[in-house]
Amino acid sequence: MNRKNFLYLTGMGFGGAMLSRIPVFGAPVSPEAMLQSSVDVATKKRMADVVLNAARSKGATYADVRIGRYLNQYVITRENKVQNIVNTESYGMGIRVLANGCWGFAATDKLDTDSIAKAAAQAVAIAKENARLLSEPVQLLPQKGYGEVSWKAPIERNAFEVPIKEKVDLLLSVNDAALKAGANYVNSIMFLVNEQKYFASTDGSYIDQDVHRIWPLFSVTKIDAKTGKFETRQSLSSPRGMGYEYVMPRESDKIKGAPTVLYRDRYDMLEDARAAATQAEQKLKAKSVEPGKYDLILDPSHLWLTIHESVGHPSELDRVLGYEANFAGTSFLTLDKWQSKKFQFGSKNVNIVADKLQPGSLGAVGYDDEGVKTKQWDIIKDGVLVNYQSIRDQGHIIGLTESQGCCYADNWSSVQFQRMPNISLQPGKTPLKVADMIKNTEKGIYIIGDSSFSIDQQRYNFQFSGQLYYEIKNGQIVGMLNDVAYQSNTQEFWNSCSAVADQSDYRLGGSFFDGKGQPTQSSAVSHGSSTARFNGVNIINTARKI
Amino acid sequence: MAILTEEQARELLKKALSYSKADQCEIVLTGGDSSNIRYARNSVSTSGAINRSTMIISSAFGKKLGTATINEFDDASLQKAISRSEELAQLAPENPEFMPFLGPQTYGPPTPRFVPATAAITPKQRADMVQQSLQVAKDNNLTAAGFLENSSGFSALLNSKGLFAYTTATDINFSVTLRTADGKGSGYATKAFNDVSKMDTLAFSKIAAKKATGSATAKALEPGKYTVILEPAAGIVLLEQLFGSLDARSADEGRSFLSLPGGKTRLGEKLVDERVNIYSDPSHPELPTARWNGDGRPMEKINWIEKGVVKNLSYSRYWAEKKGVKAIPGPDAVIMEGGTQTLEELIKGTERGILVTRLWYIRPVDPQTLLYTGLTRDGTFYIENGQIKFPVKNFRFNESPVIMLNNLEALGRSERTVSGESGTNALIPPLKIRDFTFSSLSDAV
Repeated sequence: MNRKNFLYLTGMGFGGAMLSRIPVFGAPVSPEAMLQSSVDVATKKRMADVVLNAARSKGATYADVRIGRYLNQYVITRENKVQNIVNTESYGMGIRVLANGCWGFAATDKLDTDSIAKAAAQAVAIAKENARLLSEPVQLLPQKGYGEVSWKAPIERNAFEVPIKEKVDLLLSVNDAALKAGANYVNSIMFLVNEQKYFASTDGSYIDQDVHRIWPLFSVTKIDAKTGKFETRQSLSSPRGMGYEYVMPRESDKIKGAPTVLYRDRYDMLEDARAAATQAEQKLKAKSVEPGKYDLILDPSHLWLTIHESVGHPSELDRVLGYEANFAGTSFLTLDKWQSKKFQFGSKNVNIVADKLQPGSLGAVGYDDEGVKTKQWDIIKDGVLVNYQSIRDQGHIIGLTESQGCCYADNWSSVQFQRMPNISLQPGKTPLKVADMIKNTEKGIYIIGDSSFSIDQQRYNFQFSGQLYYEIKNGQIVGMLNDVAYQSNTQEFWNSCSAVADQSDYRLGGSFFDGKGQPTQSSAVSHGSSTARFNGVNIINTARKI
Repeated sequence: MAILTEEQARELLKKALSYSKADQCEIVLTGGDSSNIRYARNSVSTSGAINRSTMIISSAFGKKLGTATINEFDDASLQKAISRSEELAQLAPENPEFMPFLGPQTYGPPTPRFVPATAAITPKQRADMVQQSLQVAKDNNLTAAGFLENSSGFSALLNSKGLFAYTTATDINFSVTLRTADGKGSGYATKAFNDVSKMDTLAFSKIAAKKATGSATAKALEPGKYTVILEPAAGIVLLEQLFGSLDARSADEGRSFLSLPGGKTRLGEKLVDERVNIYSDPSHPELPTARWNGDGRPMEKINWIEKGVVKNLSYSRYWAEKKGVKAIPGPDAVIMEGGTQTLEELIKGTERGILVTRLWYIRPVDPQTLLYTGLTRDGTFYIENGQIKFPVKNFRFNESPVIMLNNLEALGRSERTVSGESGTNALIPPLKIRDFTFSSLSDAV
């Protein structure tokens, strides 16, 4: 389903603005259909074997098949109205083959034996036709077969089993709380995702996985009727690889003491909505920022996006090599910088780890979409670039003997390719609280929440904004600011990292919809960090008149 | 699935509808095929063929709506999906904004969106077209990355009020980035058409090659306000932010750049330069679009901005009824009237300025002023005394399309282009704009 059809189906109206860059896949189904188990594993194995045998018989030297059932649920509300409840299901098969050294791919939602065998033959035919365009044959890192294995997300409460009424009641309560706290408008949405993925390959793996994700979010708007000015404040939730437990608040997961309550692994949507309404009103009266250099103290609810754009994407090996040159771009982290073993990406405080293991994260799975068991590794160690993210057909270029397990496809109908694992800034090793960071800042801005983000095609120049900005003068927060954006250069920015708070402040942010590739695919990824300080960053004022 | 004819689609939809017990039922059937080749490092990287079809069933009881889908069309599957959508409708709370489905509508004559030759493209044809692009790279010692995709599909709608609509379309889109071997120069070209015969991958790759070789050894200019010439592929990514924001409800509610104090809006006001005329027209021969939108409303020619004045805004059916106005659907594709000058003539008439091939990573900064940020990319050149003098390093900009269209210097000839950000097709001219705000430099090539 394309975004246009989605907006039509969901009757999103203005709420659609919250989804401005969200591709949507699947089509609506009833709630009870979503709880029915999909085709049993034995049947999937039989189907997979038909495909693998058909591909081999047509000349494939390697083949894999993904049988996917992708479920989404969207509960969409504004003020006191439920705009729509949409359950979507997408079920089908994607077949990838190597023939004559070239990749070929075919996907179909007709899953009878004849149709899937034909699709396998079509994938081989495409590979053979395109082999004449190859400059060199594909080289795959070896991968042992795991036999029949499975992995399930460690959720506490399956959100798809939660009655729709409970979700509706939560969102309408959130809206009511925001309106009572002074908001003029409020949109709220609950996104749920369940990927039921079966993978098989000629390596001898048969992998069944059950992945869950959740994202509760809202947007509160406050209007000054006299001036016509309006301000919004988005929720401080994160999309998570969790079940419905994420929206069941827990005091031990709240961080208090900042200008607003911040959340770890449980989110209090009601509390945040009340605060948002108050803060949207405060934003209308906030002082417009004076441009110049400031020390920035960045909360994890904001910093995750800076990590994603300026560390996650440039360390993708396919970008470094030029595979994304026509769309997302290339990377300034060229191979020579990695080979030198001394490229100072950031200060000594900067330690960045890649992983697809962290429980509750969006990137956590047991195996990637080409049958590789997931793991954890360093990308930046004490500020120095030490590794990339890669997959089976590129890992040999950086001397790997096994893939790092970063292959993913967003649907059965999409071909798998390299996608970002969780990329996280490690907390500081010595005890340090955010309050102490603020105390030691003479002229700074404390930024909470993410907003506008833009970065160039090699990941040098970026500009970011947030939800809330607080001015720091001589170690004290003195008030709210508005019209703030910071611009920097990636290496300069990370080398200005003067402090990272300790483990007690560590939290996950993340993206439900990270776009890459042609045709564009969307993937979900988390980024953890503690609050960090960056010295002397350039702030611009974004106020204009039309 | 194969593309169903109008009669085949109607018969299948009628059969599905016959199982409905709801107060109202509307069924949409879509299907089609798409195939692509992606290449990078002067070699094919991925390619594939995708075949998908979906039947979406919406059932309503009073103001309660439920939806379900299937992609198998035997009798039992149709019955199961209909009853599922009815169960979901019974579970859903009432939506006071629910609008009854439309009755029969009158649509204009079919538009030339479906071209049989595009639907019939073979894997060999696709490979040949990419081969031509790769050859340009090799001939010029450049590295190519590109994407070629063609698709064909149909969409049909039938509801219990007697409304039936049917349409077909084909599309072929191509984009290519060529880079110099030393990574110091980069050039880009992109095009999309309904008709494969218009898709000249060789010619478009040659344009990208010229930009790549011409953009190496770029000089740094100070950020600031410059006269710019935005080629259509650059202009579209900013203009589409304006086109997509001409929504009545958000303006009426006070949370749009079109809102004014006291609940008023800019509808009927002069917003931009009087040379700006923006409209949509499904029957435009260069940019044909569907005759009906997602909820079955007819798509007609609509003037959105006329001589700089906001003439129309789009309305949902609910909001239009509430406001007592016609429910004008949003445009599928937008046309901006141009002038008579070619791009070369625009350059020739520029004393000092910057030619921009492409803009990238466009993100909203302030919805109050429709302020966006982004960067130039893949071919940025300094113009002096009517001539391109040298390539310049890329810039970050912070600019509003509203301010931009108030700073209009000249319009070139309109041409079909496609957004590298959203994939939206449009017919727009190259734009010469004064005082375009570049706020910082980028080292990216």
